[in-house]
Amino acid sequence: MAKFNRKRKKASIGISTASLPDIVFMLLFFFMVATTMREVELKIELRNSDLPQATEIKKLEKKSLVSFIYVGKPKPNYQRLYGTEPRIQLNASFADVSDIYEFILAERAKRDESVVPLMTTSLKVHQDTKMGIVTDIKQELRKASALKINYSARKKI
Amino acid sequence: MAKREISEINAGSMADIAFLLLIFFLVTTTMDVDTGIARQLPPIPEDKAKTEAEINRRNIFIVLINAQDRLLVNGKPMNVEELKDKAKEFIKSDPNNPELPTMVETKIDGIPNPVLVSEGVISLQNDRGTTYKKYMEVQNELVKAYNELRDEAALQYFGKRRFDDLTEAEQEAIKKIYPQRISEAEPKNIGGKK
Repeated sequence: MAKFNRKRKKASIGISTASLPDIVFMLLFFFMVATTMREVELKIELRNSDLPQATEIKKLEKKSLVSFIYVGKPKPNYQRLYGTEPRIQLNASFADVSDIYEFILAERAKRDESVVPLMTTSLKVHQDTKMGIVTDIKQELRKASALKINYSARKKI
Repeated sequence: MAKREISEINAGSMADIAFLLLIFFLVTTTMDVDTGIARQLPPIPEDKAKTEAEINRRNIFIVLINAQDRLLVNGKPMNVEELKDKAKEFIKSDPNNPELPTMVETKIDGIPNPVLVSEGVISLQNDRGTTYKKYMEVQNELVKAYNELRDEAALQYFGKRRFDDLTEAEQEAIKKIYPQRISEAEPKNIGGKK
C-alpha cells in the first residue's frame, strides 16, 4: 500500500490553462461565423418544429433582402388580448392583413432601389393554420406586387 | 533616470472575457438556416385577358383541396402519394394522347433539335378551411414532380444526373422544356366560412 501512496503524491502538478483563451476564442469565432442574429422576438407560437415539412426545399439566400411574415396562435401571455385564433406578426407586433401593404412598402423604402426586385417575402406559418388567412396575405402581397415569396418549411427526414 | 521595468500584463482574465463574448453570441444568435419552397405569385391581372376558361380544358390539371384536406384531381379523389406521378404524367405529356396537354415544337438555345414543349398548366385551388400543412404537402409534391422531370431532362440532354449540377445556361434551357406553371387560382370560398 505504501508504494501506491508515494506514487500519487508525485503526480500532483497543475494543468496549464494558458491555452484556454485560445480554445475559447476559437469557439467564439466559430459561433460568430456559423450563426445569424435572431431577428425578432416572436409573440406567436412558432417553433421550428411547427413549420410544415417538405423535401423540395431551397436555402433562403441573401437574408438582408428577406422580409418575414409570421402567422400562428398568440403565445399564452398574449392570448387574453389577442385571442387564440392565428394572428399575423410583422416585425415585433401583431398586425392585420391590411397592414401588410404598408409593411412591404416600408421594407422597400429601407433598401436600395436596385435590389427591390430581388426582395423576397418569407411566410413563416404554423402548420395547423387554416389557408384562409394565408390566402388573404397572398392577395395583399399581390396588391403590393411583392411576388417573390418563400413558404418556410423544414427538411423532411 | 532609471529605466522602469515593464511588467507583463496578466492575461489570466482573457479566458473570462472570451467566455463572456462566447456566451453572448450563443444566446443572441440562431444556428438554423432558413429554408423553404420558393414560389412566384401571379400579378393581379389588369384586365382579365386569359382566364382559365379560355385555356383548353385538356391543358389544365386541376388540384382541389377541400376544407377536410381531401384532394380532388381532375374530378377524381386522390391521395397525396399518387399526386406526384399523376402530375409528372401531365407535365411530360404525350403527343399521341388526346387526354394530355397539347404540345408545341420549340427551338431552345443550347439544345440542337426542336423539343416538344407541353402547354399544360397546373391549377391549384384550395379552400379557406384547408390546413397549411396539407397545402404545403401538395405544393411539395407538385414541385417534386417538376424537379424530377428536370433531373431526367438534365440526364437526357446534358448527361448530368442532377439539374443543380448544370451550368446556368443549361438550367435555363431545361427550364424552357419544363416551365414551372403552377397557377394558384383566385381565392374562392367553397366550403363555407371557417
